[in-house]
Amino acid sequence: MEIPYAVKPRPDTGLYNAKLGIWLFLASEVMLFGALFSSYILLRVNAEEGTWPHHWLNIWLGMTNTIVLILSSVTVVLSWASLKMGNFKRYKFYQGITLLCALAFLGIKSFEYHDKFMHYEVHLKDGRIADGHKQADSTDKILVLRGRYVADHKDLMEGEVHHEEEPRIEIPMDQIATMENYGPWHNTYTAIYFTLTGLHALHVIGGAIVIFFIWGPLAKVWHEDPERYTNRVEVSGLFWHFVDLVWIFLFPVLYLL
Amino acid sequence: MSDTHQPSAAAGAADEHSLEDVRKHVRTYIIIGIALMAGTLLTVWASLIDFGSREYNIAIALLIASVKGFLVVGFFMHLISEKKMIYSVLVFTVFFFIALMFLTLWSMAHGSIIHIR
Repeated sequence: MEIPYAVKPRPDTGLYNAKLGIWLFLASEVMLFGALFSSYILLRVNAEEGTWPHHWLNIWLGMTNTIVLILSSVTVVLSWASLKMGNFKRYKFYQGITLLCALAFLGIKSFEYHDKFMHYEVHLKDGRIADGHKQADSTDKILVLRGRYVADHKDLMEGEVHHEEEPRIEIPMDQIATMENYGPWHNTYTAIYFTLTGLHALHVIGGAIVIFFIWGPLAKVWHEDPERYTNRVEVSGLFWHFVDLVWIFLFPVLYLL
Repeated sequence: MSDTHQPSAAAGAADEHSLEDVRKHVRTYIIIGIALMAGTLLTVWASLIDFGSREYNIAIALLIASVKGFLVVGFFMHLISEKKMIYSVLVFTVFFFIALMFLTLWSMAHGSIIHIR
């Protein structure tokens, strides 16, 4: 039995099933990210003076990723328009660029995550605090950082640090009281940063897998039922635009403010 | 097997996007894309300027992000020319989203604040 309105729109709503379905799904996604954004506001406004970090992230990498996602949104909508005009080759070209953009976005994000996991705040037994990126020649006995010493934890809250330009610090392990990298467990900011961007990255991965599947293995559907295929591209595109939309708000909130 | 079909095969007769509309919209999509990229540069530029207080900087950044968001939802997702059914769904989303944000602000305005490190 054929499912009604899987391809042709319902006369009363003017929508085919999947289009209504994706909008309902996106409505639930708005609430999911909305809850996390409200958590961010709550955490940030309630943070004690001088404890909320600013500019810990590389603005230029964040801006590049924003432009990459915007470019991918343009190519997604152009790929759909190409199918509407019956040009499958152009669709393949545009959607190929979309997939490359997705890979570029995830590559840059991975680089940023790696940077945070290699970044350590080290409290020494004599009361000093060392902050820097762990170097590859660290051993079980000596921790090698490229970074700086600060007198107070609050001195770490302002500004982006370019540790590659800073001196090497060698710290014997037996002088270390505690040490912790800038992972999600480090403080409230890194917790909400990893939660928001991690969930967003999962959406990028999910969207890219769907777009790739339609672009590659499912391409034969275009030759059998072009309208159904075009609808699938439209629905996956709506999801992709939503992913772009979320990032448009994440970028200023996490990187700039 | 051909890679091309008659456009009407993909653009169904009852479709809301006529072929002529799609052709016209391609230029719009590119212009919107350029505007979004310019908006991104504007956001970064505005963040480097001191507007007097951090609150002003936050408001300006969120205003630019909202305009960019409108362009994405309105034009790329075609919400400005969407069916009434979609608007009916989104009215509920907007209502609950505003309620969620209102609850957050309300809870902050009525004490029970814990300082978080």
